Amino acid sequence: MALRKVKGNLERMFDKNLTDLVRGIRNNKETESKYISQCMEEIKTELRQDNLAVKANAVAKLTYLQMLGYDISWAGFNIIEVMSSPKFTYKRIGYLSASQCFHQDTEVLMLTTNMIRKDLNSHNMYDSGTALTGLACFISGDLARDLANDVMTLLTSTKPYLRKKAVLLLYKVFLKFPEALRPAFPRLKEKLEDPDPGVQSAAVNVICELARKNPKNYLSLAPVFFKLMTSSTNNWMLIKIIKLFGALTPLEPRLGKKLIEPLTNLIHSTSAMSLLYECINTVIAVLISISSGMPNHNASIQLCVQKLRILIEDSDQNLKYLGLLAMSKILKTHPKSVQAHKDLVLQCLDDKDESIRLRALDLLYGMVTKKTVMEIVRRLMTHMDRAEGTMYRDELLQKIILICSQNNFQYITNFEWYVSVLVELCRMEGTQHGGLIASQLMDVAIRVVAVREFTVGQMALLLDNAHVIVGPAAARSSIAEVLYAAAWICGEFSQLLANPKATLESMVRGKVVSLPGHIQAIYVHNMLKLYAHIIATAEEEDDSEMIEEVTNLLLERLPVFVSSGDLEVQERASCIVHIVTYVQKCHKHGDKVGADLALLMTGELNPVAPKAQKKVPLPDGLDLDAWINDPPSESEEEEDDALEKEIFVKADSSYKHRKEKYEPSEEELQKLRDARRAEQASNPYYVKSSALSSPRPNHNSIQVDEIPVTAIDLNVSLKIPGMTSLDKYQVVDGWQDGGKKRHKKQKKRSKRKGQVSSSSEEEINRMHVVNTDIGEMPEGAHLSDDYEIDDRPEDDPHRALDINLDEPLSPNEVLPTRTHYEAHAQRKIESNNEAKLIPSEIPLKMKTRNKKERKEKKEKTKKVKKEEKKVKKKPSRDANLILDLIDPLKETVISDKVPVAANHINGIADAKNKEKSKSKKTKTKKEKKAKKEKDRDKPEKKLKKNEKEIDTLSRNRDEYEETNGTVTQEVEEKLAVPEPQPYSRLLAEDSHIRIVYSTAAMDGVMSEILVCIKFISQSSKPISKLQLILPDSSALKMIRTPGKLVFETGYRLFPPKEMGMAVFQRKQRQPDPQSELVNLPWSLDPGESKETQLSFTAEDVTIPHKLRGSLSYIQDGSSSSSDISLRLEFPVTTFLSGKTASRATFTDLLSSGQLSARSSFTLPNCPWSFPEVLEELTLGGSLAVVECVDQTASLYGRSLHGHHVCLLVKYQASHHLTIDGKSTEGILLSNALDHLKTTLMQKQ
Amino acid sequence: MMCRRQLSECQHLRCSSLDTPPTMIKAILVFNNHGKPRLTKFYQYFNEEMQQQIIKETFQLVSKRDDNVCNFLEGGSLIGGADYKLIYRHYATLYFVFCVDSSESELGILDLIQVFVETLDKCFENVCELDLIFHVDKVHYILNELVMGGMVLETNMTEIITRIEDQNKLEKQEGPYNSASTSSLKAGLAAAPARAVSAVKNMNLPQQIKDIKLPDLPAAIKDLKF
Repeated sequence: MALRKVKGNLERMFDKNLTDLVRGIRNNKETESKYISQCMEEIKTELRQDNLAVKANAVAKLTYLQMLGYDISWAGFNIIEVMSSPKFTYKRIGYLSASQCFHQDTEVLMLTTNMIRKDLNSHNMYDSGTALTGLACFISGDLARDLANDVMTLLTSTKPYLRKKAVLLLYKVFLKFPEALRPAFPRLKEKLEDPDPGVQSAAVNVICELARKNPKNYLSLAPVFFKLMTSSTNNWMLIKIIKLFGALTPLEPRLGKKLIEPLTNLIHSTSAMSLLYECINTVIAVLISISSGMPNHNASIQLCVQKLRILIEDSDQNLKYLGLLAMSKILKTHPKSVQAHKDLVLQCLDDKDESIRLRALDLLYGMVTKKTVMEIVRRLMTHMDRAEGTMYRDELLQKIILICSQNNFQYITNFEWYVSVLVELCRMEGTQHGGLIASQLMDVAIRVVAVREFTVGQMALLLDNAHVIVGPAAARSSIAEVLYAAAWICGEFSQLLANPKATLESMVRGKVVSLPGHIQAIYVHNMLKLYAHIIATAEEEDDSEMIEEVTNLLLERLPVFVSSGDLEVQERASCIVHIVTYVQKCHKHGDKVGADLALLMTGELNPVAPKAQKKVPLPDGLDLDAWINDPPSESEEEEDDALEKEIFVKADSSYKHRKEKYEPSEEELQKLRDARRAEQASNPYYVKSSALSSPRPNHNSIQVDEIPVTAIDLNVSLKIPGMTSLDKYQVVDGWQDGGKKRHKKQKKRSKRKGQVSSSSEEEINRMHVVNTDIGEMPEGAHLSDDYEIDDRPEDDPHRALDINLDEPLSPNEVLPTRTHYEAHAQRKIESNNEAKLIPSEIPLKMKTRNKKERKEKKEKTKKVKKEEKKVKKKPSRDANLILDLIDPLKETVISDKVPVAANHINGIADAKNKEKSKSKKTKTKKEKKAKKEKDRDKPEKKLKKNEKEIDTLSRNRDEYEETNGTVTQEVEEKLAVPEPQPYSRLLAEDSHIRIVYSTAAMDGVMSEILVCIKFISQSSKPISKLQLILPDSSALKMIRTPGKLVFETGYRLFPPKEMGMAVFQRKQRQPDPQSELVNLPWSLDPGESKETQLSFTAEDVTIPHKLRGSLSYIQDGSSSSSDISLRLEFPVTTFLSGKTASRATFTDLLSSGQLSARSSFTLPNCPWSFPEVLEELTLGGSLAVVECVDQTASLYGRSLHGHHVCLLVKYQASHHLTIDGKSTEGILLSNALDHLKTTLMQKQ
Repeated sequence: MMCRRQLSECQHLRCSSLDTPPTMIKAILVFNNHGKPRLTKFYQYFNEEMQQQIIKETFQLVSKRDDNVCNFLEGGSLIGGADYKLIYRHYATLYFVFCVDSSESELGILDLIQVFVETLDKCFENVCELDLIFHVDKVHYILNELVMGGMVLETNMTEIITRIEDQNKLEKQEGPYNSASTSSLKAGLAAAPARAVSAVKNMNLPQQIKDIKLPDLPAAIKDLKF
């Protein structure tokens, strides 16, 4: 032994500390990962040591490795151990590590509640401080609920340091546990007037943050803040307050008016740039919220703009940036005052800083007018030519398009110019906005009829020069998209083409096949359109040569597309090939088919209002929930219904909550049909055969002359891309300079925004801007009605904090105090509604049993709380009692009074019972049961007689003291370790030791069964060298992966003196990958009980398993070891877990038909009451109660492999118990029912 | 047929899976000119892999900027989104980056970074990158006095330094914690220079010592049975 110790010390001496680790990593640059994995191994060994210093060192190293990207969550348990150290040094390491790697879903957090509470209340200020800081990083809903009260207590601490931290932490508590907001708010408000400026500032911080998300609830605080603003000199706080006012003013314009003056004073007086900037921001917000009309309004705006100009002109890039940012806010409401500073903004466009350029671009967006748009766009385009890096260039491109297209092309007076700009943009290399350009081109071509022919001409040129656009650089860009638009426009408006045949040739020729599939498809389809147009014209002119030429061209080239890999292209191509062949055949017979062919593609495109779809009124009598036809699985459904009747016959009407189907009669159907026809007749979306008239012929005749002019003009430019831009700019500028040229005929429209409707002059010039603002709408629908939508994401926790704070607090709004009370209150509820007893009891036990079930627990606790509220609302004596109990001052008294509840929480009840009352050991189980019964009865008594209750309690207390001997409440509180599962079975027993075990399914990722084995010493001498031998069976394997967190929990009821508070010790079990041996590294002192946890996986969860093994141990004093044989049983219910099943999902599951297997059994003479049966099922059978009505309950369980099991338990007055089951897995179900039956029978 | 009821249920499920709540300061990153992290503090949960990606992305965004451009940066796609901004300062070899939302004043955060760095300077006496490398834990403790759970806790440097010194005192009172910086008070090796000890440690001697097999005594006794 001595040798071993020496060796241990020697090892310790060579443990690396954090510095060594860092140095080692730096020295092993090439083999870093190898080195780190070696260190990880060392850390794992160190974590297994008893010495807390060693552990703390290991955890500190882990924290460093976490920064480098290594997952350290596996050490969560060790981190908690270090956190629980009494030494501040180690505690700090532990909390730091926890704050780096824990988060609200970390499972081990549930073990920390009591420890953190202790730290919060520590007499050492820095212990509490560390705990507060750590908690702020990893607080979970449970912790928030359990610790809210402790944090509140710290608000009144004498130390400002703690008050400050507690105030900030409250915000996190509110986020996780919104119920705390109302009870806590008055105290938080008091902190606004705290003598310590730090605390004051923290309170402002928290309230500002709350108010920012839900401003309307905090309006009443405005006077307080106003006073603070005018009196405080702390710039940090002022900034926060001013920001808060910015959020409040939109809700209360009067406040804004009051603010302007002090804010302008601040703007004039302050020297702090940050404060100045925030003041300006808030003034802007105020001015936006107050509708104009105030006389000195313009003065304030001018002041702001002036100051901002100073900021923008500052050499400090940061101020420049912020100035531009604030400027863009003014721009929205007061564009004129900003437009005066156009020079400044344009200057910023040349800035070397990209952030500033982007901001300036944003400003430009709002600064354009009809007069300036061309100039601005021209400048942007020159920028684009010079810009380095595609990112910024793309940004510019996008901005140009946004500027031009905003408000339905409000500022565009000359669309030919715009189309030229777009064509010019196509030449940008490597742009990602090909799709954007394409949609703009199509938009203009469709909606602006007047420039359509011009556009078509341009597009034909684009198609002709496709190889220039889709150059070698095209692979990384989306510029090919413009060809999509080009092809479509040329096809759709083929009658406007100057030379359709040439366009068709250019489409067919070239590397079309290398384009993306959807573009090819459009190409192919529009070839047909062009073809149809050419045929029709040629037939009119009797140009048979042309017809033949074109037909042959297509027939020659289309097969390439027929063999395309893209389904869409292939399908369209083969269809068109057949149409063309058919046309060819017709022509051979001398038939004219051109007109018929053209019919295939006719139809006018009308714009549709963007909201039209939403506005389609719901026709009378249309029920979207009703079946359109009877469901195909009707027979099954019926069968199911029948079966439901059969099985769940007395399941109460609650099972039938499915909506009644709407089945219209024959008459109604006829009416509906008529209505539909009428609807169709008036519905603009319904394609009517009569709507074929097209204006095409007119265009044809008129435009023939004009086309060549424009086409030639641009033909030149596009062929030499380098030249085009310049040429075209000149053209554009020429238009601009000339002013009164043909294209500039469009008169300036009224300057008011939004008025975009076409005027009479435009009609004369045939320059239509088709107005999408109105577009086609369903009759009777109005565009104006906008919905007010909370645009916060649904999972934004701030939604939950939208709580009215001005209402006075009602007496039941108190922060939850320690869990004891919940447990206690629960007992009371039981009396209120016997039937609900079981489900509400589960969470407490679950807490310890299965970490994965925390969610469920949460839900159920909520349920409990609701019930609690219900109870409280009754102004009965009962309610008063609860209120009394919740009073924090009385807590210790109460926890003494209610030993059972306390035991449940702290999880040492039966350990203690067994340990202390050795003589009672055989009865323990029965005792427990009896006790529970007593508990249940108790509340009822309480209701009846208060005095009697006190009696029971005091009697109970005696019992408690008797069983627990010297164990104090203090010790109990320290135990934050999981409670051994109350439902444990005897594994083996002899005269020295007694072993019980319990199982729990670890659902989810691990798919394991966790077995808690508890060893209870019954010997008068210490027992050591405990060794479990558990060979794997074929179907059941113990998990021995060293990486996994398989920990042992030893309970020591008497805290070892030298360890101070470390009441419990946990050790990493030394996993041995091969052996079936499990060495338990501790020994059992007389009367002690310890626990170990093993994990198993099962291949087949539908059948019960058994595992045989043995335990050997040496009793001190005796030389030989003793053996006991063990038999671990895993009934199928072990593999089930009562995963949350809401009623709705449960019914859905039942009605889905998935549950094909059925089975049932009946116990005619069940001696147990219904609640007891339920308890047996929920604890022994690991099922969860979904619903419980009177003497009937439905339960749900899900196996580790995802099988569903649903049970219906019916209990009739004459002790007649029926359990019906449905499951997705027959074997599982029958095995489970067999097991349940046996257990219930055994109980008899 | 998908009924409305089912749809609403889906939404409900989405609701219930709450994300980590947004904080005002979402993350604080310190890395050097090569992107090596020197301190990372995330006030919103990201797994380790994601954290590394964020560091990488942030580094790429920040490092390509000149020193004479503004200290605000939008466009971190991994962290934050529209409401969030990167505010950073570049000191010699280190970048200090704060990812904050719109509730924080931009200039205020710049000041805060300054306070942080000055505090480090006071605590480490002429702070340099090496201090951050070897005492990342201490840097964390200092940061914890400035920012708590993503909210600004204290900006007064004297107050911060008082708190840190108090805690250091407390640590010293509690006796040696085996960190080489304070004291390498390890039995027998106390006198040896830290570097030498560290070199020995890195020779993998410890493993060799650890690997020395000691006879398992009880087992040996068992084996003695004839």
